[in-house]
Amino acid sequence: MRLRPFRLVPILAALMLLAIPAIAAAQDDTTAIAAAIDSMWFVIAAVLVLFMQAGFAMLETGLSRMKNAASVMAKIFINLSIALVMFWAVGFALAFGDGNGFVGASGWFLPSDNVAADFPGYAESLVPIQSQFLFQVAFVAVSLAIVFGSMLDRTKFVAYIGFGVLYAGLIYPIVAHWTWGGGWLADRGFLDFAGSSIVHLQGALAALAGTLILGPRIGKFRDGKAVPIPGHSIPLALLGVIILMIGWAGFNGGSGLAAIGINFGDVIMNTYLAAAAGIIGATIASVFLFKTIDVSQMGNGAIAGLVAITAPSAFVDAWAALIIGVVAGLILPPIVIALERIRVDDPIGALPAHGVAGIWGTLAIGFFAVADKAGVDGILYGGSAEQLWVQFYGVAATVGFTLTASAAVFLAIKYTVGLRASEEQELQGLDISEHGMFGYPERFIDVPGATPEELPAGHAPAPSGAATTTKPVTAS
Amino acid sequence: MKKIEAFIRHESLEAIHDRLAQMGLPSMSVTEVKGSGRQKGFTESYRGAKTVIFLRPKVKLEMVVDDADVDRAVDCILELAHTGEPGDGKIFILPVEESIRVRTGERGDVVLAPHEEAPA
Repeated sequence: MRLRPFRLVPILAALMLLAIPAIAAAQDDTTAIAAAIDSMWFVIAAVLVLFMQAGFAMLETGLSRMKNAASVMAKIFINLSIALVMFWAVGFALAFGDGNGFVGASGWFLPSDNVAADFPGYAESLVPIQSQFLFQVAFVAVSLAIVFGSMLDRTKFVAYIGFGVLYAGLIYPIVAHWTWGGGWLADRGFLDFAGSSIVHLQGALAALAGTLILGPRIGKFRDGKAVPIPGHSIPLALLGVIILMIGWAGFNGGSGLAAIGINFGDVIMNTYLAAAAGIIGATIASVFLFKTIDVSQMGNGAIAGLVAITAPSAFVDAWAALIIGVVAGLILPPIVIALERIRVDDPIGALPAHGVAGIWGTLAIGFFAVADKAGVDGILYGGSAEQLWVQFYGVAATVGFTLTASAAVFLAIKYTVGLRASEEQELQGLDISEHGMFGYPERFIDVPGATPEELPAGHAPAPSGAATTTKPVTAS
Repeated sequence: MKKIEAFIRHESLEAIHDRLAQMGLPSMSVTEVKGSGRQKGFTESYRGAKTVIFLRPKVKLEMVVDDADVDRAVDCILELAHTGEPGDGKIFILPVEESIRVRTGERGDVVLAPHEEAPA
């Protein structure tokens, strides 16, 4: 009898169960087990958040045009690699190192020899600093992906590199330090559980600065009216949204920074309730505003709900998660229209889905927070308006700092290496003009191998349209 | 009766169509074509292997107009398709024997008379 591999699973599981007490007995130390479980959940959550890069890749390429499909992939790859390297070298130290209320300044170039001194916030944590880094850097990559989503189809590749280095290495870590690194906002009781403002709003603010400095894509606005530039694949875009939804289980669920003593199931349930409510809200608003069920707005609605619940997911009850999500979804389509009215070209809808929903989610803590979970009651639970005020100036500080810093960096890029692709490159598509290859070559050129080069004797000739139109210059 | 065949850049098509429609000449056929000419091809590079693509995508606009409308239609295309760079395209004018409207069976100039664009 052949033993199928999956039959081994219960046996292995049983062996592992037997092994756990053995380890515990040997070390006589339950801390080791707790550390292993916490670390396990950390890495799983980190990988889920890293998987969101696939989600952004699909969402953004789906909503771009065929002629730019490969350039979007190149952008996702360079942004992930820059985020990893910059955050490892300096970003993590600036965000979580020991410093003042504004910025951290210890623990450069991980790992650290003395975690307790370099990263006082992590002194109590059982999870190794490398795993902490992996989890945090995945958030940086998400934030950076949002920035460039709004700048699709018209940005020079070199601008991604320049901005990515300064964003992952300086701008993001500073704002993250204010709250998560024990900075001045944390001292004042500002709450942002998983980053509605730190990750999503920041990304959207940089995106706003970028898209304003870039200007709209050619042909987007004509005679003062917005012209639709449809993305080339709605199925890919919505696949991206579903991947993002899956990744959000790690994004919010892992943000308790431990597995033991934290009900991350509650956080994840809230997360998905808000996502569902966001989809429903955006669908309703789309039906009333556009008289049609706009599929891309449904996808954006899911993201808006998820972004809005990111800050409050651990601090609110399930009914509040539904309200937070549905409001984020309902306000999305009107904001899309309003942005086009003022001639802002945002191909993937990052500004409403990550920016406005991020602000709403951060402020929502002031209304819906439950003392049991958040340590403070929101207004709707009889609390004072104090928390709402703290949330408000936390958002205002983020807006002021990130918008200014990002605009400065983008302007510097514009007047040095250049931010925007030339008109000819944009018309031709960035795939061929910047990368020399197409995302979908058959759409643009006849690819060798589509027809037999030499016909067998007696074989009918190929159809006239299929003549080979390429000639090799050098063989590989 | 003349047939105008214009090979133009993609990006000029919409402006030309709008202007011709305002002039009462919205009837046209448009085809995506590939062609070569003075404008050089471009190089595609895939994993280090390079290929020159000598055909570039263009739009072919075809319309049959009354003799009286030929000049203004051509002027319109000339003005709006012009950038001054190689690759702006070419216009050809061909004689046409007869025009017949399928719906009514009418023949001749009446088929080509300038008209409003049908409402969408």
